[in-house]
Amino acid sequence: MSTHVLVTGIGLLTANGVGVEQFWAALQEGVSGLASLSRFDASGYPARLAGEIKGFRAPDHLPGRLLAQTDVSTQYALVAADWAVQDAKIAPGDYLDYEMGVVTANASGGFEFTHREFRKLWTLGPQAVSVYESFAWFYAVNTGQISIRNCLRGPSSALVAEQAGGLDAIGHARRTIIRGTPMMVTGGVDSALDPWGWVSQLSGGRVSPVTDPASAYLPFDVAASGYVPGEGGAILTLENADAARARDAQRNYGEIAGYGTTFDPQPASGRPNGLGRAAEIAMAEAEVTPTEIDVVFADGAGVPELDRAEAETIVRLFGPGGVPVTASKALYGRLYSGAGPVDVVTALLSIRDGRIPPTPSGAGPVAGYDIDLVTRVRPASVACALVLARGKGGFNSALVVRRS
Amino acid sequence: MNRRAVVTGIGVRAPGGSSTADFWDLLTSGRTATRRISFFDPTPYRSQVAAESDFDPEAEGFSPAEIDRMDRATQFAVACTRDAVADSGLDFGRLDPTRTGVSLGSAVAAATSLEQQYLALSGPGHDWLVNHSDVSPNMFDYLIPSVMPAEVAWTVGAEGPVALVSNGCTSGIDSVGQAWQLIQEGRADVMLAGASDTPITPIVVACFDAIKATTPSNADPASASRPFDNSRNGFALGEGAAMFVLEEYEHARRRGAHVYAEVAGYANRCNAYHMTGLKADGREMAEAIGVALDLARREPRVLDYINAHGSGTRQNDRHETAAYKRSLGVHAYRTPVSSIKSMIGHSLGAIGSIEIAACALAIEHGVIPPTANLHHPDPECDLDYVPRVARECRVANVLTVGSGFGGFQSAMVLTSGSARERRSR
Repeated sequence: MSTHVLVTGIGLLTANGVGVEQFWAALQEGVSGLASLSRFDASGYPARLAGEIKGFRAPDHLPGRLLAQTDVSTQYALVAADWAVQDAKIAPGDYLDYEMGVVTANASGGFEFTHREFRKLWTLGPQAVSVYESFAWFYAVNTGQISIRNCLRGPSSALVAEQAGGLDAIGHARRTIIRGTPMMVTGGVDSALDPWGWVSQLSGGRVSPVTDPASAYLPFDVAASGYVPGEGGAILTLENADAARARDAQRNYGEIAGYGTTFDPQPASGRPNGLGRAAEIAMAEAEVTPTEIDVVFADGAGVPELDRAEAETIVRLFGPGGVPVTASKALYGRLYSGAGPVDVVTALLSIRDGRIPPTPSGAGPVAGYDIDLVTRVRPASVACALVLARGKGGFNSALVVRRS
Repeated sequence: MNRRAVVTGIGVRAPGGSSTADFWDLLTSGRTATRRISFFDPTPYRSQVAAESDFDPEAEGFSPAEIDRMDRATQFAVACTRDAVADSGLDFGRLDPTRTGVSLGSAVAAATSLEQQYLALSGPGHDWLVNHSDVSPNMFDYLIPSVMPAEVAWTVGAEGPVALVSNGCTSGIDSVGQAWQLIQEGRADVMLAGASDTPITPIVVACFDAIKATTPSNADPASASRPFDNSRNGFALGEGAAMFVLEEYEHARRRGAHVYAEVAGYANRCNAYHMTGLKADGREMAEAIGVALDLARREPRVLDYINAHGSGTRQNDRHETAAYKRSLGVHAYRTPVSSIKSMIGHSLGAIGSIEIAACALAIEHGVIPPTANLHHPDPECDLDYVPRVARECRVANVLTVGSGFGGFQSAMVLTSGSARERRSR
């Protein structure tokens, strides 16, 4: 069996695009999905902008039985998985049930659902708690539900690593394929846009208080003020290259060529972060050098100290202005476990269409960062891309995707 | 893939004691640690029994700032990490930190702190628009609990792969299994692997009440958890943690480390059937067992002990009995099987690692822990479940299994570190 792992199907939902092509068009036109929160009255909270998914009705896609037992985040994940499997045109019989597994990342579980159940418990008593709460809440819910809906019985898992978890899931799925399971469904989807989820996100101290959607989330910008949370994510089908060829797979978006993950030194150590080492591991695994990387999809937290650290890492690896860098996630918000998978999709589409989507710009990139920040859609021949993600607490993950 | 991984340090916090030694003493005595819930008034709940731990964070050496910052489950994980490190004799200060990683399992992670914060912010329960001015700065880390393995990483100075594996009730097997894979593949030399869960909170108790998964045997808490017994009526919730120093074999051998056991094989599968229900045939668990044995290069006949999932629900105990018969054939009938959940309850994501600790200690001491409270076996559970009394015998090859919400079925084979009786493939 080949050790090459291909992306053969994509399903995606973000605030600026329900479905891959709508999302991709919005990115290139710089269309932002950030807006005032509409799910509840956020006027009393110190931040009020989010990247909410709009124009999506779960009942159009899922049976009532599943709607009743799932949080909105799981509904997104199930639909994204359906779209990925349809995109890949994987038919019953292409693989045996144990030859297909699921790895998803999850950051906050079915949080809005669980908020409602906490409320029932403390206002109405334990008898009012839903029979679905035990499995609508936990972090493995998306993996389990995707497994059941698609009859995937192979090695499966759920991982949590804040914003880095989505790349970890894809990396783990890739390892699982290399270890012998030919097809994996993987990615990450999150949503915690109920009031408690919102307050919890704000408590991390990194959410932008700015109320103008055009200037609230500006990674690497002089006016950077934090990030705007979003919801959604992406689910992919990955296949062993030989297995994909054997079933005559029609789509091949590119190869997941390398993956690396590291953890930062203890905060008091004063030693540099581990992001660069994660990138080096991923590039070594892909057998590429920095000169072969055509674009970097940055974590782009929009928090000045984090942006500076990331920019320094990129400069150390590629030299000043040595590679185009973009953080197009600022057009739809920070998605936690959804972030890495959506960036992987963006990277694959950049390879397909030869266009690098822009990072929203305000007062302009911080000159001292010395990175080539893409602020207008840029035509470019892209054969190989590096995707970076950092999770709060010290998680660093990096993934190399390549034309195949 | 010739690299092997061995357990060289163990730390356990389980109900009924405050150390690894206490844990093993309880298991081999056959005593039970289930009791009426004392953490809150359980009167309004269907199931009022659980296996609580008398965990004292101050006595464990945590500072007030750490106690404030870390959820209870994180404190358990860090306490076990410190013990496992001390037990291993490994000087982490001399290791290459980039070759050391963490793989921590947890199903409900910071549930305790989430509930405390919810009550503090919601008035309690009345305000859908929760109050933001009184929110803890740590609330973010309770919402997104990846800080749990981060705290373990900081404890040992790990800078390699660090992950929170949250596969529901198989998390504690899968976290160790994934750590084993990382060592095998050369991505790390030393892993702090294990799991922690402290789910005895009102919301989690209410969750399991709603689906009648937990035992309503409130009149007699000490015998409430009765795996494989015909009178069993659900599991007793538990809490706890176990952490291991999992070390690449040559790395351990070079320093002359004491080896408890080798992780010789691991596999997981999903049943793709139901989020909470199990099919009677045990097909997917049997598949996981078969693959784990193959990877360990062990035949069913060499198994000396099976540490069961044995949750004590009507459905589970029959499901896994069927899985043993399906995967092991006649050897299912001659291999001792026991469930330590009869004594320490079901601590969700943690229990898989606590059970791995029991397996490693069974190998170490040559003692098989019993299934407590087993008096009248279910006629459909017709294997040797080691009722009530521990059994002394040579234990070299052990199977441990887990089954969880989401359909996860996991199996791991542990062998004595010295055993070399591998069959050719």
